[in-house]
Amino acid sequence: MKTIYFNKFYKSFNILSGILIIASLVFLVFKGLNFGVDFKGGTLIELRTDKSSANITKIRDSFNQMNLGDVSVKNFGNETDFVVKFEKQNSNDPKFIEEIKTKLSNSIGTVDFRRVENVGPKVSAELLRSGVIAIALSLAAMLLYIWIRFEWQFSLGAILALFHDVIITLGVFSVFSLEINLSIVAAVLTIVGYSMNDTVVIFDRVRENLRKYADIKIFELTNISINETLSRTIITSVTTLLALLSIFIFGGEILKGFSLAMILGVIFGTYSSIYIANPVLVSLKVSQRTIVKEEKE
Amino acid sequence: MLYFSKLRVFSVLIFTLIISYFTISNFTKVDDEFFSKNIKLGLDLQGGSYLLLEIDNEPVITQRLQSKVLEFKKFFKDKDIKVRNFVIEDKSIIFDVENSKIEDVKSLLDDDKSEINPYFQQYKSHQFNFENMDTSFKLEFSDYGLVLLKNSSLDQAIEIVRRRVDEVGTNEPNILKRGNDRILVELPGLDDPGRIKSLLGKTANLTFQFISSSSEESFGTEKLSFEDGSSEAIVSKRIVLSGDNLMDAKPTMNNQTNETVVSFSLDRVGAKKFGKATSNGVGKRLAIVLDGKIISAPEVREPIIGGNGQISGNFTFQSATDLALLLRSGALPAPLNIIEERTVGPDLGKDSINAGIMSLIIGFILVVAFMFYKYRFFGLIANLALISNLFLLVGILTLFEATLTLPGIAGIILTVGMAVDANVLIFERIKEELKNENNSIVAFDSGYTKSRTTILDANITTLIAAVILFFMGSGPIKGFSITLGVGILTTLFSVYFIARLITAYYVIKNKHKEKLI
Repeated sequence: MKTIYFNKFYKSFNILSGILIIASLVFLVFKGLNFGVDFKGGTLIELRTDKSSANITKIRDSFNQMNLGDVSVKNFGNETDFVVKFEKQNSNDPKFIEEIKTKLSNSIGTVDFRRVENVGPKVSAELLRSGVIAIALSLAAMLLYIWIRFEWQFSLGAILALFHDVIITLGVFSVFSLEINLSIVAAVLTIVGYSMNDTVVIFDRVRENLRKYADIKIFELTNISINETLSRTIITSVTTLLALLSIFIFGGEILKGFSLAMILGVIFGTYSSIYIANPVLVSLKVSQRTIVKEEKE
Repeated sequence: MLYFSKLRVFSVLIFTLIISYFTISNFTKVDDEFFSKNIKLGLDLQGGSYLLLEIDNEPVITQRLQSKVLEFKKFFKDKDIKVRNFVIEDKSIIFDVENSKIEDVKSLLDDDKSEINPYFQQYKSHQFNFENMDTSFKLEFSDYGLVLLKNSSLDQAIEIVRRRVDEVGTNEPNILKRGNDRILVELPGLDDPGRIKSLLGKTANLTFQFISSSSEESFGTEKLSFEDGSSEAIVSKRIVLSGDNLMDAKPTMNNQTNETVVSFSLDRVGAKKFGKATSNGVGKRLAIVLDGKIISAPEVREPIIGGNGQISGNFTFQSATDLALLLRSGALPAPLNIIEERTVGPDLGKDSINAGIMSLIIGFILVVAFMFYKYRFFGLIANLALISNLFLLVGILTLFEATLTLPGIAGIILTVGMAVDANVLIFERIKEELKNENNSIVAFDSGYTKSRTTILDANITTLIAAVILFFMGSGPIKGFSITLGVGILTTLFSVYFIARLITAYYVIKNKHKEKLI
């Protein structure tokens, strides 16, 4: 197979990644994330209307008359399904949902509540905290694992690649105001696993090649390693993306955000294994001595 | 890496077949209990309600402090120590002791064998912590004392919740403790939790108290409003009878008024108390108070001696049934707040299952087709490993009766996509080895050996993520972490035992063939 000179573009892609990360951080800080009821508290109702004549405006108007705080209404899948979210949650009042249903039926006709989620402020704060802890913990666990398995230069490269993937994925969610809920946390953790997995495969090869070729510099060596593992990288991302696309297209509305986050994560993860993790090795001047020293100890 | 003993081949085969059997058992009916296991569907797939309740322990703490004050008074009186000015303030008891006895009181409270302030050896803690300033003492629940109190009120509450839920008769409810002040209630198949919520939302503290005619009551009076909000009444604070003495309650029809009422019967002690009180109170109005609201306040026309009575109060049959149910199941030690509720209707659950299976089938076909296109014969081997992987994964989930959620199905599909990675790593490595090695058996062998650490690394990283999710995640997310984690294990098994077995067999048979892979 023809060798592709990935290493020629290390610099340009690093600049691109830098810009993307800064842009993502700017969005995350100034625009923030669109937290769903899991993390913000409030009520979510997925409803199905009888006639397709019921439109978003009508539904929003009837909800706005009920004094429920900020109301958002979105189409969900097909044209008779909607998701309504509002700030107010009152699960202690057993008639709360029933009354909303009655009022709604009066104004737009028969409705079916397919899903109701009602999360109090205390629970949502806890869910958010445990989500953040879960992500932090998994990053720490990865760091520990990679630190045990590799030399520190490699660990740094892998971890930077991880942060790159997570930050940019969250950045995309911020830009498009996509909802962050519990399943997104699961997706982010899986991205972390996948991105690490992808990086480790290339790094294993880099380390092997450091032993094999005594006189090739790391700049060349990373490129050789990337090329040697390239077909694996492509095949695995293709099969994973095929599976994820299948969930995205056929898996129903509930899994849309989850599969989208994963699709983005796999794309960024594959990219960062090549263009973040390896340049780090180059700029840290990893050489044959790096691993020899390690093995003597 | 290519050698398999006969015993090993045999055990791999048997293991795979047995586990796969459980996969199939999901779709068939078997009479034997052990072999007819099914994967449990999560609430998001079968529809149902999830409620998280939190106990409001404030009233329990106050109550406990009040009774503790009585205990203290009696205790110190017996010990001939004069204490006064008992106050309950900010969740603590404050009192004064005569000057000469300060040290005595201190040692009584601080003693490991203290009767009044029990010491728990294993936790190295008293029930109460105390502070002393001059003659004044301030007692507060210690951390452990508070945990003890919360646990006991949680235990009581969970029992009452279970009774109430059972009485409503939903199928297979799941009621669990969460921490030391929460109760999780899962109600499969229930798409309108309104009734359960109103039943669980009531403490159901029932008391009978006389309506006070004047303010000469020695116990004091309180102003309570009627349930329907129509008016208020002054009632004596003296409790004639409480719900604790109730033995049974059921909704009945009153023949004279043609009204739905709740008839109740009392235990012996209750009947006696009630008889005495109603004998003395003929002509007075007796208020029936539930959770601080008067249901009704009928006039006592004659003494009620037999221990049977009726509660009237504009009931519908449904509301009378619910009240009877609440009274039968007993009062909660403290109010419960519903702090999280998730309800999924049955047809959304069905839609989710269909969508999940649809995407699994399509994802599977795409991956299988791609692998065949890339590797031809070896693609078939990888695909066979993938199929057995799926059977093993679902079989193990069934064997352990794990709960399958929608994200769990996503986890299975993701496993399909990522499982081929291990075989791809091996096949690519073998290709490289074949470039410099003429003996194909040697090339295959070293292909397997050299890719092993990479494959382990790659899978351990994903496993770490899955384990953390399992411990941190809740509900549906836990389902995802289970399928993802078990999927990694079955992937390794199917790659290293099943795919390698077939590969070994094929390579040894065709070792002289050109361009094996």
